[in-house]
Amino acid sequence: MGTDKKTFLKLFTSTFFISAFTFGGGFVIVPLLKRKFVEDLKWIDEKEMMDFIAIAQSSPGAVAINTSILIGYKTAGAIGAALAISGTVLPPFIVISVISLFYLGFRDNAVISAMLKGMQAGIAAVIADAVYGMGAGVAKERKVLPIAIMTVSFLAAYVFKINVVYIILVCGIAGAVSSFYRKKSGVRHK
Amino acid sequence: MTYLMLFWNFFQIGLFSIGGGYAAIPLIQNKIVEISGYLTLREFADLITIAEMTPGPIAINSSTFVGMRVAGIGGAVAATVGFVTAPCIIVIILARFYFKYRSLSVMQGVLTGLRPAVVALIASAGLKILKFALWGEGGAAFNIKDINYISFGLFALGLIVLRKFKPNPVFIIGGAGILGILVYAIKPLF
Repeated sequence: MGTDKKTFLKLFTSTFFISAFTFGGGFVIVPLLKRKFVEDLKWIDEKEMMDFIAIAQSSPGAVAINTSILIGYKTAGAIGAALAISGTVLPPFIVISVISLFYLGFRDNAVISAMLKGMQAGIAAVIADAVYGMGAGVAKERKVLPIAIMTVSFLAAYVFKINVVYIILVCGIAGAVSSFYRKKSGVRHK
Repeated sequence: MTYLMLFWNFFQIGLFSIGGGYAAIPLIQNKIVEISGYLTLREFADLITIAEMTPGPIAINSSTFVGMRVAGIGGAVAATVGFVTAPCIIVIILARFYFKYRSLSVMQGVLTGLRPAVVALIASAGLKILKFALWGEGGAAFNIKDINYISFGLFALGLIVLRKFKPNPVFIIGGAGILGILVYAIKPLF
């Protein structure tokens, strides 16, 4: 990795293509970004990526854009951030600009709606795969707190539909308190 | 003047939409339909449908769509740039903090708490999409009888291919879209 033209181009084309193929935004695009930048290009390590997502989620704006900004900034500074934003924003910008001119016909087109139905199933598979990978990573460490946080957060978000901002806030505080307590009691966990 | 107003309206929407894409919807409705009257309620409902069906975060889709309807391509640029500005500044400030202080134990603690929460949030979002893909809008709980077999087949196929061959997820989503068109086109023949 270096801040040369090749990195710039790769950053732009990667975010552009991922953004062009993700329907539904937010947590749909994040697993794809992780796959590309953590597993394929290896520009960012897995833990750092999870931190990026947490930062992106607790900032205003769209999670997809914020995550891209962080990846771009880490990879190639301010220029990288600008390239990643452009790459993420341009596909929906172009598509929506065209559609807004004739949106009524688009909405009721049978071929388009069949394609969208198929794509939803594909997206669900991609997310399931990503969640399995990340969840197994957390479970493998065999520590009580992370597993408890994962379970409770899931119930809070899915079953009780609690605002994501509160979930992030509480989990962050729980993590800070536990590290503080651990330090005080002098116990070194591995 | 119109450009400036669009920029300003979407700047505020960007600044206050914390919690990802869907958090922006009520803000956009309030500012764009109720206060400034840029769109009618009917147009707004169409906008949400289109945003769901096209790539990219819902907030970006909305900015581009509203800008385009109000003042053409220039308006689309003004609104989209307006939406991205505030999150971009805030995320980069947070990123600098993160890279500077991430070795601090409190920061470490916070992040330890957040990582498993992120997995849970992605799982929750993924499950909602899966439920929508398999049972559709009404999605009456997990009832095996009403399941959409085509979507279930595409989902299972996608997951198997992903775990076995680890291809680029974009191919899974694109492939599911094409299979969707084929299967739904053939189905009425039987």
